Amino acid sequence: MSEYWNDIFGGTKSLLVGLGITAREFFKPVVTEQYPWEVPVMTPRFRGHIELVKNAETGKPNCVVCGMCMRSCPSGCITLAGKKPEGEKKKVLTQYELDFTKCSLCGSCIESCNFNAIQFSKDYNLASTRKEDYLFDLLKRLEEQS
Amino acid sequence: MTAPIRCREDETFVLNLGPQHPATHGVLRVKLTMDGEYVVKAEPVLGYIHRMHEKMAEDRTFAQFMPNTARMDYLHALAYNHGYVLTVERAAGIEVPERAEYIRVITVELNRLTSHLLWWAAFLLDLGGFSPLLYAFDDREQILDLLERVTGSRLTYCYFRFGGVYNDIDDDFITGTRNFIKRLRSRLPRLYHDLVTKNIILIKRLKDIGFVSKEQCRKYGATGPLLRGSGVQFDIRKNEPYSVYPEFDFDIPVYDEGDCMARYMVRMDEIEQSMRIIEQALDKLPDGPVRAKVPKILKPAAGDYYAAVEAARGSFGCRLVCNGDKSPYRLKLRSPTFSNLSLFGEVAEGMLLADALAFMGSLDLVIPEIDR
Amino acid sequence: MDTSIWRPILYLIGFMAFAGVNAAWLGWAERKGAAHIQRRNGPKEVGPFGLWQPLADGIKLMTKQLLIPSGTDDILFRIAPILAMIPALTSMVVIPFSGNIQARSIDMSVLLIFALASIGMFAILLGGWASGNKYAVISAARVVSQSIAYEIPMLITVITIVMITGSTNLQDIALAQQGGFWHWNIFRLEGGHFVYMWIAFLIYFICSVAETNRAPFDMAEAESELVAGYMTEYGSMGFGLFMMGEYLNIVVGACMTTILFLGGWGSPFGFLPGIWWFLIKIYILIFTIIWIRWTYPRTQIYKLLNLSWKILIPFSLVNLLVTAAFIKVF
Ligand code: SF4
Ligand code: SF4
Repeated sequence: MSEYWNDIFGGTKSLLVGLGITAREFFKPVVTEQYPWEVPVMTPRFRGHIELVKNAETGKPNCVVCGMCMRSCPSGCITLAGKKPEGEKKKVLTQYELDFTKCSLCGSCIESCNFNAIQFSKDYNLASTRKEDYLFDLLKRLEEQS
Repeated sequence: MTAPIRCREDETFVLNLGPQHPATHGVLRVKLTMDGEYVVKAEPVLGYIHRMHEKMAEDRTFAQFMPNTARMDYLHALAYNHGYVLTVERAAGIEVPERAEYIRVITVELNRLTSHLLWWAAFLLDLGGFSPLLYAFDDREQILDLLERVTGSRLTYCYFRFGGVYNDIDDDFITGTRNFIKRLRSRLPRLYHDLVTKNIILIKRLKDIGFVSKEQCRKYGATGPLLRGSGVQFDIRKNEPYSVYPEFDFDIPVYDEGDCMARYMVRMDEIEQSMRIIEQALDKLPDGPVRAKVPKILKPAAGDYYAAVEAARGSFGCRLVCNGDKSPYRLKLRSPTFSNLSLFGEVAEGMLLADALAFMGSLDLVIPEIDR
Repeated sequence: MDTSIWRPILYLIGFMAFAGVNAAWLGWAERKGAAHIQRRNGPKEVGPFGLWQPLADGIKLMTKQLLIPSGTDDILFRIAPILAMIPALTSMVVIPFSGNIQARSIDMSVLLIFALASIGMFAILLGGWASGNKYAVISAARVVSQSIAYEIPMLITVITIVMITGSTNLQDIALAQQGGFWHWNIFRLEGGHFVYMWIAFLIYFICSVAETNRAPFDMAEAESELVAGYMTEYGSMGFGLFMMGEYLNIVVGACMTTILFLGGWGSPFGFLPGIWWFLIKIYILIFTIIWIRWTYPRTQIYKLLNLSWKILIPFSLVNLLVTAAFIKVF
């Protein structure tokens, strides 16, 4: 019987306390970010899809077409090709494609690159209904950026 | 009161709970044989999100498997990272710098907090309370922001590396974490306990519901808060210590009741213990490198290796068989929820539908981890 | 009473408009209230403060195809949503908004309203049954047992009111409470009824929340158990009508609580009585119901029946006896 009364009085009290808490929250300011109007700033380590890094002096990509990134990628997202122009020692990148549909943003490629040639972009506003939109031509992207 | 009225076999009907159902939080399907609102038989059906992680490991190098580990239990991804790197480090005999160990512990515990907060939120949603969900998400968001600053991702982390971690933490992270712990400490008693834990409706719904005995836990190999809620003090962090856990002073919450309320309380107490661990780790954090020199392609000696860690849902074990090659010969992953779910059928028998779902919520299921 | 043809027509239009506006904008109020309790913004894009959101939602619902899944009972499936709206609308006829704003003053209006409320329950039962969906059928069965369990204490407390005021006409009940809050049934000084009437008020309020299937008693919709309960198979305006019916039931419930316990249109201080007081009171009640919904977790069907049979019904019976004793003694 005492449990019965306990349930009634203790229970009612707990319910009133609950109402008090939500009432106080009601008058507190909103904490959500109003996304399309307020755009979040990505942290420096944010992992977007990868992009090529341009050499500050030559304006060409840093990449020396060693293929390490391609081999280290667990999902095989990277396709690259290069050729050696006449009279030059180093290979020049002719194609660098990223299949972002398969990328898991693990960072293996970036870690395995010894030439600081790729980095994570800060691009997070990606949306599309077509798969093909995620086959990035990173070389073209680099050219467009400059 | 929960004893079902005995019925005739032909008066039951089959209710398909899932694979798309709000309470199964994913693609779990439970085939329920019902008598009115009573569950006569419950059979979990798995396989809707099987991705063959174990097989994938066999044709990847050791490092290439890292991203997979984060995609099993996506709510406590860092513990899975940890379990896997621990096994490989044992296999290859890699020493981890002390600072890296501390960073691992701090981030894993932060991640455990997010996991428990999300469980709390989702559990309350199962019970029909919506506002607590958003209060917990508010807190969880703070941790995700912190972790994003160091790891670069918010959910499926790929932060640990063999012999250390991907990159170092900075002072902003340390002060941010301290502030967060202060904030959570101040919010826990009011928004979590006064609003929910002490609420009569919640107590009535969880007390004496879903009783799991020690024997059942033993029979099905249940671990984690489920086991500790049934009165067994077992936590890999204490019982088979790994990393730098022995250096911290923390308790393993144990409740004897074995009902949903006990499991609820175990998790709520674990939130506090995790905060204690993080604080101590931040105090003791040594200087030094965060990553040992490790060859790019690992080729551990042939052999059989095992390591286990305590993830938010129980013990995650990783058994690695190597044949001296650059990829595993076989990798067996033991995920806690698979075992925890298998006792659902036995315990849910004779329960009301609403109670069975409350019980399911208290198991804290993450489906991709069950199916791997 | 004026018997010209215009009066019923005007009232019809007026009440329909009142009901429509409420059904639409209470949805907005609920979303806004929930959002702020959870420290979000809620609807804010369509119009100032998202005020035109209900219109956008309505257009969306109306342009959607009314889908009738195979295996359903076609006719019942179509009737159910309409049946959910009509009783709530009809109840408006007898509700006195103020001394002279009332379509019809009927002697048995209290009974009429409870009879209509039970029909609302049938709409859910029919909808759930006709859907041919197992979740919907479970939900329908829950609604019936819940409704029966909560109508009993509700009616018993109403009997105490009828005993005190000596009338089953809502107009008379409200008139008996005019002139200051100490005349309201909940705090009634005269006859010493204030000693226990607040308990009756609580019982009645809990029951009216349960009758309208609102959280924490929303057994019928329990989205984490029964997907969407009886509404699982409904889309487009069928769903819209059920939603509107639910909000109208809340309005009717709040009106009844106001008239029975809170003095109807009477002002709390004894001056300026009028429809504004009535509206203020019902919206305070409605907001409380919204507030409750977004605070508590849901109960479980057996706990809910326990609450009714073990706590509310005994209390309301004792309450009835005490009322009788008070009336006899004082
Ligand atoms: S590893 Fe670096 S340098 Fe080598 S191919 Fe890839 S991006 Fe170019
Ligand atoms: S981030 Fe990982 S998955 Fe993505 S391209 Fe680089 S190596 Fe491949």
